[in-house]
Amino acid sequence: MVKIEEVVKGVLAGDKRSVARAITMVENSPEEAQSLIAAVYPNTGKAHILGLTGPGGSGKSTLIEKMIREYRRRGKTVGIIAVDPTSPFTGGAFLGDRIRMQELTTDDGVFIRSMATRNNPGGIAKATKDAVKILDASGKDVIIVETVGAGQSEVEIIKVAQTIIVIHAPGLGDEIQAIKAGIMEIADIFVINKADRENADKAVMDIQAMLQLDNKEKAWTPPIIKTVALTGEGVPQLIEKIEEHWRFLQKGLLHKRSLEKAEAELVEAIKDKVTSSIIKKLKREKRFEEILRRIVDREIDPVSAAEKLLDQILE
Amino acid sequence: MQSGRKIRVLIAKPGLDSHDRGAKVVARALRDAGMEVIYTGLRQTPEQIVETALQEDVDVIGLSILSGAHMALFPRIMELLKEKGLTDVVVFAGGIIPEEDIPELKKIGIKEVFGPGTPTETIIKYVLENAPKRR
Repeated sequence: MVKIEEVVKGVLAGDKRSVARAITMVENSPEEAQSLIAAVYPNTGKAHILGLTGPGGSGKSTLIEKMIREYRRRGKTVGIIAVDPTSPFTGGAFLGDRIRMQELTTDDGVFIRSMATRNNPGGIAKATKDAVKILDASGKDVIIVETVGAGQSEVEIIKVAQTIIVIHAPGLGDEIQAIKAGIMEIADIFVINKADRENADKAVMDIQAMLQLDNKEKAWTPPIIKTVALTGEGVPQLIEKIEEHWRFLQKGLLHKRSLEKAEAELVEAIKDKVTSSIIKKLKREKRFEEILRRIVDREIDPVSAAEKLLDQILE
Repeated sequence: MQSGRKIRVLIAKPGLDSHDRGAKVVARALRDAGMEVIYTGLRQTPEQIVETALQEDVDVIGLSILSGAHMALFPRIMELLKEKGLTDVVVFAGGIIPEEDIPELKKIGIKEVFGPGTPTETIIKYVLENAPKRR
């Protein structure tokens, strides 16, 4: 058994093994996660957290590899959390995102971690948020979260990242339809990857057209960057835009968003605590079993049953 | 529901051969048995494999090799694992590995060697039974 204090000490010193262990802990144990995060939290809040999302096959992993190289050229250290789906049937997962980044594995300024969703909805894992905090506390300048190949509703990433990059590529079949609504609305920066293919300009125009439909006055209009991730073309420009967005956020929006994020996290934590303590209490009562039976026998529906059980507690 | 520990396995391809059919079949079988399987892709150096095992905090490493360079690459991998303090990670190997090399490989710490045609059930069972219970 590894001591949490030792792991925390290692994380704060930037020790890779400790960071790896810490991420495993927050994935596996809510109790360990709580003490770990409590200990490292004062040392977080320094990194720029990027979220990269888009449909499968758009080139997310390949683009990240080139982004890391560009950040390293600029002297920045980078942490990556690459999320892949867990099979809802077997609970297993195949994590292959780092295949494209393997050359950077041995760079001391880079830490790459693959993470399975463990059936958390929304495109990231439950532990992703905590893993980001661990990488932040370990001193990484930039943290990139790669979501699962997203469709339209994988928007959980906005709760974790400060700059959201939505990537698409021409010729994926459904064209820009795939990033309408949801995912479209969370983008701070659009990337059209595989821009050497025909129809790349059409993809850019499609997004432009959609952005123009949005007539709300905005302080930041998402730019559209064309890249060829395989060759690295357009990546320096992308990093430039990301830095520009970071400077824009720091002019005031970052503080506002931090408050919103803090509130969301607090409310969620309260919900978790309240729910689990109430359920624990209820399960100890005799009438819990009794009401279960009544639900099965169709004497009462589950929602009414819940109301009945909670009546006494919430009064 | 999904909380608790998952066995994390690294399937790695050291050396220069480009045949990863076997590695992928094993990776898939282990995934279907409920494990989280990280795959490195082809042509990995011992340094890359060990660094990946460290960052991914895996319990088990499966090395797949068909190039014949196992007697050169495996000792280096085992040495690096020791250097980095990853001594509790269970390492098994598969691919084309001559019978006479196996005792030597076991001596340097490779726990098991699976030859061609090994049923995936055998490998799953082996990993389930031998993954270290370290957390």
